[in-house]
Amino acid sequence: MQYFIQQLVNGLTLGAIYGLIAIGYTMVYGIVGMINFAHGDIFMVGAFVALIVFLILTSVFAGINVVLFLLIMMVVAMVMTSLYNWTIEKVAYRPLRGSFRLAPLITAIGMSIVLSNFVQVTQGPRNKPIPPLITEVYNVGGISISLKQLVIVVVTALLLAVFWYLVNKTALGRAQRACEQDRKMASLLGIDVDKTISITFIMGAALAAVAGTLYLMYYGVVSFSDGFVPGVKAFTAAVLGGIGSLPGAVIGGVLIGLIESLWSAYFSIDYKDVAAFSILAIVLIFLPSGILGRPEVEKV
Amino acid sequence: MSNGPLLQIRGVETFYGNIRALNGVNVDVNAGEIVTIIGANGAGKSTLMMTIFGSPRARAGQITFDGTDITNMPTHEIARLRIAQSPEGRRIFPRMTVLENLQMGASLDNLKYFDEDVEKVFTLFPRLKERITQRGGTLSGGEQQMLSIGRALMARPKLLLLDEPSLGLAPLIVKQIFEAIRELNKTQKLTVFLVEQNAFGALKLAHRGYVLVNGNVTMSGSGKDLLSNPEVRAAYLEGGRH
Repeated sequence: MQYFIQQLVNGLTLGAIYGLIAIGYTMVYGIVGMINFAHGDIFMVGAFVALIVFLILTSVFAGINVVLFLLIMMVVAMVMTSLYNWTIEKVAYRPLRGSFRLAPLITAIGMSIVLSNFVQVTQGPRNKPIPPLITEVYNVGGISISLKQLVIVVVTALLLAVFWYLVNKTALGRAQRACEQDRKMASLLGIDVDKTISITFIMGAALAAVAGTLYLMYYGVVSFSDGFVPGVKAFTAAVLGGIGSLPGAVIGGVLIGLIESLWSAYFSIDYKDVAAFSILAIVLIFLPSGILGRPEVEKV
Repeated sequence: MSNGPLLQIRGVETFYGNIRALNGVNVDVNAGEIVTIIGANGAGKSTLMMTIFGSPRARAGQITFDGTDITNMPTHEIARLRIAQSPEGRRIFPRMTVLENLQMGASLDNLKYFDEDVEKVFTLFPRLKERITQRGGTLSGGEQQMLSIGRALMARPKLLLLDEPSLGLAPLIVKQIFEAIRELNKTQKLTVFLVEQNAFGALKLAHRGYVLVNGNVTMSGSGKDLLSNPEVRAAYLEGGRH
């Protein structure tokens, strides 16, 4: 039983990171109807920016102030990745808006390769480690919960709440949903559609940067190829939770994380990805629009 | 403020691909007027409405609003000059509530006058108040039409474009909506540019009218004159008064 709960805790942590990345997929899909395959690499870039900031900070300041360092890493990573994603949208996706659906998709895959190769060339192909930032581990009834796991889960919950509020209760969110439902009508009401889409890409990138920083803090290592697998998993999470839904993205992420960790614990670690994607297939057979996906019942 | 007409359309040509939808259209709408365009299906009425907003863009000609050349302005900036439209097909946001749809209409002022304006819309269309928490996509056609007009009014427009407000509505509701337009024009000096297939109702309501045939304005005149014009009667009015 203890072992089981321990795996739940581990899966929840992993799932929270997937969930944060998945929100970016889901928001972009919701508003422009395209899958930003470069999003996983944006997450990886976020982790690298955090790494570089960490190295600069430790070389400038003698001691390590963990909270302050993490905050600075996160903020700088958010700014930098937002800049990346904003640029990608502007130069690679916007000119293709209104062309056939496959064009932006293929471009996105291209941007994904550009980003990972760019990081490979500039940062080198090796794994980049950092020393453990947070080492506290609590023992609760035989289950060890590390402080960094708590940080990850709490930050994810907090950001989900903030972004849910932004999308559902503010003028910006209303404009985003309007663009999602009828772009032309939104512009007839004075909404700058291009700007709204740019902001959506920036919001998604900022979350990916937080996920990247947390990933770096949790695993203590990052490499140029780390964007791909977490990216695909997060995309799966977004589909599983119902693409377009923010809580769905996090629920999907947590589910994928749990399946992975439980499967690795009880069956075989080699087949954890097979398990995750099989569950996706099964869920989609019975719930084609995902767990929290919007049902398409509308009067026309 | 210029002294010319509020909206001036000069020689506008619009294409869908290579198909010409508007063929050098000239229309004036003066401040405080109700002007209507009547014409058959496919004459280019809705195209004209959307061309004013630059979507599709006019390939030739010039459109000025309040002295500003808006021919090549981005759509959202045209809207910010306080031109509001209740477009063809109503285009309600289906997964937003009635309230949110109205809030979208008031985006320009960031909801500054929302409470005051929404009460006016509810006085005009009490039905919307009953439906306030319902999603736009679940409203009936008539309710969606009211919402579409209400949403346009929330923008505090200087010029209101209405594309077939009577389409698919029960005669009683059509009467109500036309009455509401007349009232707004009279009390708030709202300028209205109206596209209608219901030529009889529209010409009775409007100060002036234009007849659009295959992308050309073939006739224009006061609403009364057009109503009594034998050609107009033959083409658009025979076959029953709506």
